[in-house]
Amino acid sequence: MNVQPKTVDAGSRKRKLLPLMGNEAIARAAWEAGVKVASAYPGTPSTEILESLAKYPAADIDAEWAVNEKVSVDIAIGAALEGVRAMASMKHVGLNVAADSIMSQSYIGAHGGLVVIVCDDPGIHSSQNEQDTRLFSRFANIPVLEPSDAQEAYEMTKLAFDISEEFDTPVIVRSTTRLSHTRSVVAVGERVTPKPKGFVDSSTKTVTIPANARRLHPKVIEREAKLAAYLETSPLTRWEKGDPKFGIVTGSISYLYVKEVVPNASILKLGASHPLPGETIRAFAKSVDRLLVVEELEPVLEKEIKAMGIACEGKAFFPRLGELSPELVRAGLAKAGLIEAAPPARAIDIEPMARPPVLCPGCPHTSTYVALRGLETRVAGDIGCYTLAAVEPLKSMDTAVCMGASIANAVGMWKAGTEKKPIVATIGDSTFLHSGIPPLIDAVYNKANITIVILDNGITAMTGGQDHPGTGKTLRGAPTFKVDYETMCRAAGVEWVRKIDPYEVGRLYQTLREAIVHKGVAVVIASRPCVLDPVKIKGTPLTIAKDGCIACQSCMNLGCPSLTWADEMHEGRHKIKIDETSCIGCTLCAQVCPTDCIQPVTP
Amino acid sequence: MSSPVKSKGARPKTKAGSDTAAEPAGEPVKPARAGGNILIVGVGGQGVLMIAKVVALLAQKQGYQVKQSEVHGMAKRGGIVFSHVRYGPEVWSPTIVKGEADALIALEWAEGLRWLDHLKHEGVFIADTRRIVPPFACRSRKAGAPINYAKETPADIVSRVADGFALDASTIAEGFGDARAANTVLLGVLSASLAYPEADWLEVIEASVPPKSRDINRNAFAAGREWALAARANPTLRFDSSITSYEAPAGLLQPKITLEINAAWCKGCDICVKLCPERCLALNAEQVAVLKSPDACTGCHICEWLCPDFAISIRTSHPEPVTA
Repeated sequence: MNVQPKTVDAGSRKRKLLPLMGNEAIARAAWEAGVKVASAYPGTPSTEILESLAKYPAADIDAEWAVNEKVSVDIAIGAALEGVRAMASMKHVGLNVAADSIMSQSYIGAHGGLVVIVCDDPGIHSSQNEQDTRLFSRFANIPVLEPSDAQEAYEMTKLAFDISEEFDTPVIVRSTTRLSHTRSVVAVGERVTPKPKGFVDSSTKTVTIPANARRLHPKVIEREAKLAAYLETSPLTRWEKGDPKFGIVTGSISYLYVKEVVPNASILKLGASHPLPGETIRAFAKSVDRLLVVEELEPVLEKEIKAMGIACEGKAFFPRLGELSPELVRAGLAKAGLIEAAPPARAIDIEPMARPPVLCPGCPHTSTYVALRGLETRVAGDIGCYTLAAVEPLKSMDTAVCMGASIANAVGMWKAGTEKKPIVATIGDSTFLHSGIPPLIDAVYNKANITIVILDNGITAMTGGQDHPGTGKTLRGAPTFKVDYETMCRAAGVEWVRKIDPYEVGRLYQTLREAIVHKGVAVVIASRPCVLDPVKIKGTPLTIAKDGCIACQSCMNLGCPSLTWADEMHEGRHKIKIDETSCIGCTLCAQVCPTDCIQPVTP
Repeated sequence: MSSPVKSKGARPKTKAGSDTAAEPAGEPVKPARAGGNILIVGVGGQGVLMIAKVVALLAQKQGYQVKQSEVHGMAKRGGIVFSHVRYGPEVWSPTIVKGEADALIALEWAEGLRWLDHLKHEGVFIADTRRIVPPFACRSRKAGAPINYAKETPADIVSRVADGFALDASTIAEGFGDARAANTVLLGVLSASLAYPEADWLEVIEASVPPKSRDINRNAFAAGREWALAARANPTLRFDSSITSYEAPAGLLQPKITLEINAAWCKGCDICVKLCPERCLALNAEQVAVLKSPDACTGCHICEWLCPDFAISIRTSHPEPVTA
């Protein structure tokens, strides 16, 4: 096979050097590889890939926010079948949404070149689970490349397109939070413009009716063998000769941690973890006295290497949960008796208080959850900033499963027939468009008696403020059609729809009460822009007249980070003070204050 | 006095901490070619990432390989934010090993304490003494309940670390017109520990801030640097000695709270139940308000005042706070 990467050393001195985050390096590589169509739904830690791509000329690349991950992959597939290079990027759980498309496309192939970037989140920094995408690559039988740093992310993304075309397969490039969000200098190259191949004119290949699918499946198995043979000799598989006492099979960011701890060890670095280069692994195993596998999350390599009949050790010494680190690699190698243990770290007997993330000062979601708690409802939640309402002091969300689950979860709760509390589903605008519309239709169709609150802050806030079909703007900022939620709900058959401003606390309570009483599906659209995006909102801050504060602490139930404890007391209880630099003057605290002692700052 | 650039290797040795004897205080040591590990911590919105960017650019300017790593995601406003910057001839791991940070820069006092175990024994500790006390710090709102903010004062910590600096950077920055420039004041303090040219610092800072705030940041940097140089010369200046305690006012006595509901007058309107800040009231089967969790009642009187039927009365035998 003639798919060879241009290695970093090859003329890197002449190449331009840019400080790039892993995600920016992937975007740069996609642009250089001549990607014509790129699509994504935002999701930490993958979001910056498409945001960075949008900075390249529109004439070079069509980059767009899709309404969800499945749509993004389907768009990329359509473009690839037309013979151009195409890419979709997403977070690990986004791959679940797109799974249906990818499983079939594995049979169909890639034609113009199809790469799916998937960013895993070991350690669950900002996700609902820490699933391992390497397992999915085996399930779908498509290769997965695993860069270790930004330079490799750049190199491997470019190479992924060559592999995709050469072997006619979708290719996954797997990043992780740590790689996606680490910035380092990358030697970049020039953009190439591949010649469009034209539509793949073969319906026996692109229409997966059973007769065709049965013919395509054996080709997938053949392709796997060819890829394994390629990876035996490809520079993606790198054998670093060292001390023969023990050898380490590793890849992705784990490689960096291994190099940090044992820079001179024998290492077999797998740039692609599926399919495995069996012969190379066998030879490497023979060259060392003891074989270890260092991999983040699941024992994927360990199990497959053992299945080849090669003795190795891995999860006996290294954790299966969470992010790896140099500390954990060192501890694991020490536990295996291969190196000395690290001396104990500085013991500090200091325990500062917990500082969990909170909703922003003035967040328009706050009041809805205060009201839902007050109304003693059973709340099916969803994925977004507002998931933070699950903890004190808002503590009003009972479930949060995955994107778009809330409405159907609420339908199920109602069907169970045992719930005493009113059932409410809360879902953000972006999440509603992502996967909340089919369950809304289902709720009306099946005559559920639930309340749905669409928390419309006019942006995809959680991931840093991305546009979506409800904002009226595209990724590149061009004006476009703006979805109207009320019309959409009515079209789905919802008869009771009210739109309110969640900053009007009294009306909010009243509307929610009416919605709960209504028999059937009631939709409350709580509309108020996010305080951070698209523009940072800052009004006249509020202040507390110290004499008036009776330390009832009603305002503290908002969980607003601008409200903090004062040193002054009333009847032995802490009074409250407002941090005027962060307060945006939303007035929620003033509305709940019984003594009216919260007033705007007078200049 | 040791310097963050004093470490012998860009990467920690397999056997860490073997050569960590602290050196006597003195002036900044010339930068070795070895590199360093700088950990920057704070609270969302304070400008942690801006400092990280400046340090990374500066290290890059000195010809080092640099890795800058942070985790974005969850609504980080008010949450913990941190950034690892590692530089040297060759850098592998993007994260700093616990106990291997050459410098720890904290934009908020308690955050500095939280990450102290990442600092090398001879590392530099630089912290703003400004406190950001989150609502979470006071889990019990009853009279006399302590605020569980860290109790360690600047004097405590500066005496415990080999090379500590604690200053009210926010107030210094406010003096130049913007408290948010506190992060640049701390960069000025760091600059006195890393012997890189002042002009290089100013160049990267100016490239990293909006044009309209360049003057403020230049002044903030100079003030921090000047303060640090003076503090190096006179160790009594290394911390703000006016802060003698971070403890909550002690010695408060628990008042005795008696809440009585006149069931005959209560019509079950639910107002007290809905408006109790501690949610300690409920309606019973007869639709009469009852105190369901007496332990949570703080005696704030809201239910008493709002009851349209005068059915609730609260008596508090509250002793006067005994302040320390």
